[in-house]
Amino acid sequence: MTATIDLEVREGVDRETVETVQNMGSYKYGWETEIEMDYAPKGLNEDIVRLISQKNNEPEWMLEWRLEAYRRWLTMTEPKWAMLNYPEIDYQDQFYYARPKSMEVKPKSLDEVDPKLLATYEKLGIPLKEQMILAGVEGASPSPAMDMAIAATEGRRVAVDAVFDSVSVGTTFKEELAQAGVIFCSISEAIREHPELVKKYLGSVVPQSDNFFATLNSAVFSDGSFVYVPKGVKCPMELSTYFRINAENTGQFERTLIIADKGSYVSYLEGCTAPKRDTNQLHAAVVEIVVLEDAEVKYSTVQNWFPGDEEGKGGIYNFVTKRADCREARAKVMWTQVETGSAITWKYPSCILRGDESQGEFYSIAIANNMQQADTGTKMIHLGRNTRSRIVSKGISAGKAQNTYRGLVTMHPRATNSRNYTQCDSLLIGDQCGAHTVPYIEVKNTSSRVEHEATTSKVDDDQLFYCRQRGMDEEEAVALVVNGFCREVLQALPMEFAMEAQSLVAISLEGSVG
Amino acid sequence: MLKIENLHVKLEEEDKQILKGLSLEVPAGQVHAIMGPNGSGKSTLSYVLSGRDGYEVTEGSATLDGESLLDMEPEERAAAGLFLAFQYPVEIPGVGNMTFLRTAVNAQRKARGEEELSSGDFLKLVRTKAAELQISPDMLKRPVNVGFSGGEKKRNEILQMAMLAPRMCIMDETDSGLDVDAMRLVSDGVNALRSPERSFLVITHYQRLLNHIQPDVVHIMANGRIVKSGGPELALQVEQQGYGDLLAEVG
Repeated sequence: MTATIDLEVREGVDRETVETVQNMGSYKYGWETEIEMDYAPKGLNEDIVRLISQKNNEPEWMLEWRLEAYRRWLTMTEPKWAMLNYPEIDYQDQFYYARPKSMEVKPKSLDEVDPKLLATYEKLGIPLKEQMILAGVEGASPSPAMDMAIAATEGRRVAVDAVFDSVSVGTTFKEELAQAGVIFCSISEAIREHPELVKKYLGSVVPQSDNFFATLNSAVFSDGSFVYVPKGVKCPMELSTYFRINAENTGQFERTLIIADKGSYVSYLEGCTAPKRDTNQLHAAVVEIVVLEDAEVKYSTVQNWFPGDEEGKGGIYNFVTKRADCREARAKVMWTQVETGSAITWKYPSCILRGDESQGEFYSIAIANNMQQADTGTKMIHLGRNTRSRIVSKGISAGKAQNTYRGLVTMHPRATNSRNYTQCDSLLIGDQCGAHTVPYIEVKNTSSRVEHEATTSKVDDDQLFYCRQRGMDEEEAVALVVNGFCREVLQALPMEFAMEAQSLVAISLEGSVG
Repeated sequence: MLKIENLHVKLEEEDKQILKGLSLEVPAGQVHAIMGPNGSGKSTLSYVLSGRDGYEVTEGSATLDGESLLDMEPEERAAAGLFLAFQYPVEIPGVGNMTFLRTAVNAQRKARGEEELSSGDFLKLVRTKAAELQISPDMLKRPVNVGFSGGEKKRNEILQMAMLAPRMCIMDETDSGLDVDAMRLVSDGVNALRSPERSFLVITHYQRLLNHIQPDVVHIMANGRIVKSGGPELALQVEQQGYGDLLAEVG
């Protein structure tokens, strides 16, 4: 292993990463890594908020911001309007902070990195090693792990920030990004190193008081990613964050803030996994994106949190607030999401089209199998003139799952000559699942146009038989037909994510037929 | 190759007997044609052999080289070498024709314990076969059968047959909806596949197709059974006289 490798592993790299378990059933990320953890005491109060802030070495203003959110949260009630059924969540029966114990260990080169940790990343599909290869050891294959990595790489460059439970464990390619002026780091680091940017933009898209879950996040968020792309800079590579919930009974509350300054461009990928457990885990994240004049942001998510078992035991409760603010003229944002995991999904990535001629796009695949429930969609808030938005939603329900598309399109009085096009397709597999579409449309001027198309269909027996006559087994046939149904959205994903998403579709639907 | 004995089949949902003691044997390397009036059970036979849901076999057997077909899943029959060219090929929106072909080819290879075909080998093979059937690169990219003309759909079926290289090919009214040129292309495609190890069962209403694909044996099917078998001249007789006399003759 050479010393030229550009990998900085910060904190939380543990030597005790245990060999992971293969073949744990259809959820292939269901293993857990045995790491000694540091927990804050269970429950939530001002002291916990102070502790989290202190653990992250935050300045006073950040603590005040958190406390303000916490006090606000105490006055709020959990929203119940979504089509979701789940038992009451006891917010005092959660750990709000957990991080690996071996904090002092900060390997500076790959030699010091536990190969087992690398194996963990490999399993997660984190292309960390891909970065290493491209960062200077191209062609060299100094270890079997590296051989695997070479086999896995397609030669694309992606900078990665990995968040393990509450802590960001490593960011790759920082130097090269820094040369381009791009800041890509954990949000806790950004709070310390770039307070002027964080102060200016944090909470400016999703205010502390926005909603119950976002407010909770504002009080207790532990880490997450921060991106700033300066004026006129096209980010030289894709940025990516992989989130993993590992510790038991622990909520994960990450906070992501992306700022694309005038004329800049960035594509950001987000992946999520968690171990299989028979208790539910809470996940309440906030993503804020600020897009300034002529800038463009693409944000892609493959969400594969553990969905619970066939009987609905366990799984992640996913309550996420994601919002992009096209703050200035001709700003452009595109959300693409593939939602296959979580027991409960409550998520509406939204676009505020404030700048004139700004554009928002939302492409979504939501798959719910077994006992999963998904209530997801988007909001397109047209405020500026000549704004455009496009929504393509593909919902797939199987087993006993319930899948709801909930969307809002608003044309404000000032948003003249604006347009929205919505296409909302549902596919049913079997006869015990449900698909629901709840579009809200508000048009407050006379020159704008809103189109909404919706279809609901079943997987056709003739299609399945045709595929099987050609040699595919039933699950392969369903996966193929469903992938066809999702094609428009899959095409909107970056290449490598599209491949992952396609196989995820197949995995998620295992056992849904026959 | 294919041996059907005393096959009785009824519809699963209603008490309606479709095949009533059908027996048929197609030796390796031969082309057999089945002709018969509407409603005689020809399409049912092709579906039962390939394993489509909705039918119940009440009696009899069907084997492929001694292996019982009726106990197998549709995809197992396919991997064993049974291919059905559909009368109405099914559209699969969003799935590229090429992706479909590749998935099918590799699924069968996997089922047989063979290695998957590499992208390069697959592309080479599919391009050669497609060119022979005058299937354009554009048709390979388009979603399976979506927006294909009748002739394109049938040529696409033959392309799948050529790619999957089955040993027992059943063609269910492949000639329906074809113009003269398409018929020649399809027939040339089929004739190119004829070999001593491969057999064909060609279901058709018309003698026309059999001018292009010369059968070894022609069977006449009526009321769920084979009522008469003979050489190619039997097809000509049907063409000239219709089924009336023939059926009266066999009672």
